[in-house]
Amino acid sequence: MSKKTQNHESYERAEITPPSGNYFPDKHLLGIKDLDPTAIKYLLDTAEIYAEQNRQSNKTTHKLRGLTLINLFFENSTRTLMSFEIAGKRLGMDTVSMATNNSSIKKGETLLDTALTLNAMHPDALVVRHGDSGAVKLLAEKMDCAVLNAGDGRHEHPTQALLDALTIRRRKGKLHGQIVAICGDVTHSRVARSNIYLLNAMGARVRIVAPPTLIPVGVERMGVEVFTDMKEGLKDCDVVMMLRLQQERMQGAFLPSLREYYKFWGLTYEKLAVAKDDVLVMHPGPMNRGVEIASDVADDINRSAIQEQVEMGVAVRMACLDILTRDRQEVLS
Amino acid sequence: MTSTVYIDAKIIDPANKIDMLGSLITTDGKITAVGADITPPKGAEIVECDGRILCPGFIDMRAHDVDTEAALAGGITTLILQPDQTTTIDHDSAVERIISRAKAGKSLKVYPMGAATKGMQGAEIAEIGKMLTSGAVAVTDCRKSVANAQVMRRLMEYCRYFDCLIVQFAEEPALASNGVAHEGHIASGMGLNGIPAIAEAIQIERDALLSELTGAKLHIALVSSREGLKAIRAAKDRGVNITCSVAPHYLQLNHNAMDGFRTFAKVSPPLREEEDRLALIEALGDGTIDTLVSDHDPRSVDVKRLPFAQAATGVIGFETMLAASLSCVHSGQVRMTRLIASLTCNPAKILGLNLGTLTAGSAADITIFDPDMPWRIEAENLLGTSKNTAFDTLPCQGKVWRTITDGICVYKG
Repeated sequence: MSKKTQNHESYERAEITPPSGNYFPDKHLLGIKDLDPTAIKYLLDTAEIYAEQNRQSNKTTHKLRGLTLINLFFENSTRTLMSFEIAGKRLGMDTVSMATNNSSIKKGETLLDTALTLNAMHPDALVVRHGDSGAVKLLAEKMDCAVLNAGDGRHEHPTQALLDALTIRRRKGKLHGQIVAICGDVTHSRVARSNIYLLNAMGARVRIVAPPTLIPVGVERMGVEVFTDMKEGLKDCDVVMMLRLQQERMQGAFLPSLREYYKFWGLTYEKLAVAKDDVLVMHPGPMNRGVEIASDVADDINRSAIQEQVEMGVAVRMACLDILTRDRQEVLS
Repeated sequence: MTSTVYIDAKIIDPANKIDMLGSLITTDGKITAVGADITPPKGAEIVECDGRILCPGFIDMRAHDVDTEAALAGGITTLILQPDQTTTIDHDSAVERIISRAKAGKSLKVYPMGAATKGMQGAEIAEIGKMLTSGAVAVTDCRKSVANAQVMRRLMEYCRYFDCLIVQFAEEPALASNGVAHEGHIASGMGLNGIPAIAEAIQIERDALLSELTGAKLHIALVSSREGLKAIRAAKDRGVNITCSVAPHYLQLNHNAMDGFRTFAKVSPPLREEEDRLALIEALGDGTIDTLVSDHDPRSVDVKRLPFAQAATGVIGFETMLAASLSCVHSGQVRMTRLIASLTCNPAKILGLNLGTLTAGSAADITIFDPDMPWRIEAENLLGTSKNTAFDTLPCQGKVWRTITDGICVYKG
């Protein structure tokens, strides 16, 4: 056995046999950074079961009946909010969603007071999205129930990384050894950060391909290869993950124009030609067609997994809600 | 006539190059004699110091609040108040109010710095002459740099007439815009906007050039990076009238301290990398850094316990200033006399204050401390009004034993 395979053995073991069975160590899901491969695999395996169930005609279970889920979104969202709401409902939870347009945050209430107020209502799970990095962790400190991070600023978006990983695993069979290129606006992307942590934990090779102004300083310390040229970065890739250009988070001169961005960093068939033949194209959505990705690539049914990502999103969120409310389910039964 | 004799003390007075075992006599608020072998006057109170270090009272050049009890507990006898008060100190009446209030307190000496520009807005020069006449010791825009080069040039030219020190917060605002942490892999991983170290260096380079042109006295409020130190060394080497300070948190912590979104480690300029921390200690040791300041800034939990980007900057520092910087002495990186000079005679000289020495005839502002006493910094045990220390639970060595202002013991540790 060569040395290289020996090094990969631990990752392979993590993909095949969970050493400790039903195991998730944390109370909350705030980020991927502190999860170990076993916990990640456990979440993915559970999500796999829900993914199958979601394709049956009877999609709903009553496993979490009687439990309350609050979705608290300080930032606009369509797919993540819907996805969590559907996930909660399919598990039989009572779901309540709150957007901040009509909340007391606008009246000057601090985040910690909001947390105390919600905690007094005794929810069993709280899903939070917030525009500031670290805000969800701060809020979680005051909550008795499980808190799931649905995106905090530019920090993390753990369920997105999990659904991306599940999609790759279903299409490619495994995560370790896969060459994954994360392309585009890395600086402003929480999706990129969570994906880097997760893919590295599971033994994939992660590349960053972005214009020099959108590469965070010191990102190579997170264990990625950094490229600025699309064709170099995409060479022999198994997976290409495009990121949305987050113009709403950009303050200052990052790019001259969308036209120029598309020419050099937009994903087209021409640039994709250097990747492996069976390359998988992914995008966390919402897509800017003609900015970071060409329409024909996005709609290519053989390569694009964009719809499947949305599908896996519901399954992953069902798994997370299920696993994080285990203590409360036991009380119910 | 009341005299006090401090015997059996290790007397360190960097200004007079004294470092010896001996005694010190104070009479009616003044130092009357220092020496190894002096006879105490009859009827004098005798204080046995058991070999503790006796040095001039500390002068803290950068405090954002007069937290008297905490300052005295930290061995500080003179503090320089920054102009970022509830009412910005940008006119003479604000200066007078601060000084008269401090005089009524009869212990801690407080001198304010005035704002360099009106409302610290960086556009128009403040009434510098009137503020100096009322007792301000320097001008600064505190936590903002005077960004406009033309305004800075005029300010320097104007200050020369009054021989007034300009204290600049070195951070090029365009490069630092929206930044909340040091630009590096920690901030990148946390998804926070970074402030590059080069923002500091560029500001220092520019102001050093302007100082050369105008001949103004320039002081850099807080240096935090290798790049900044390099700029200061280069300026000093070519004879620019430039000095600089550092605060203990930059000597103790690096940007790892904010991991997990610890807002109590959010300071301005930000904590930088380990290499920067080591370079700052070295620079304090070799004299590139002239003074050590606390940057004491009490902040309530309400403004600290917020998402990192929204949370207030600033830490308290009076009571931990000595202990947190003595570690550099214990580790052999900075000599004791150098550390004491950076807390006493150096700031006095830069500010033009007749303080910071044990010369006979000067005010009896004295700090006596035990350099080796072990203790643990615990936020709830600190005396200050706020508990936003970056050093909670840090074990350290060295504690103030007595603080004496004008011959009167105002703190007993």
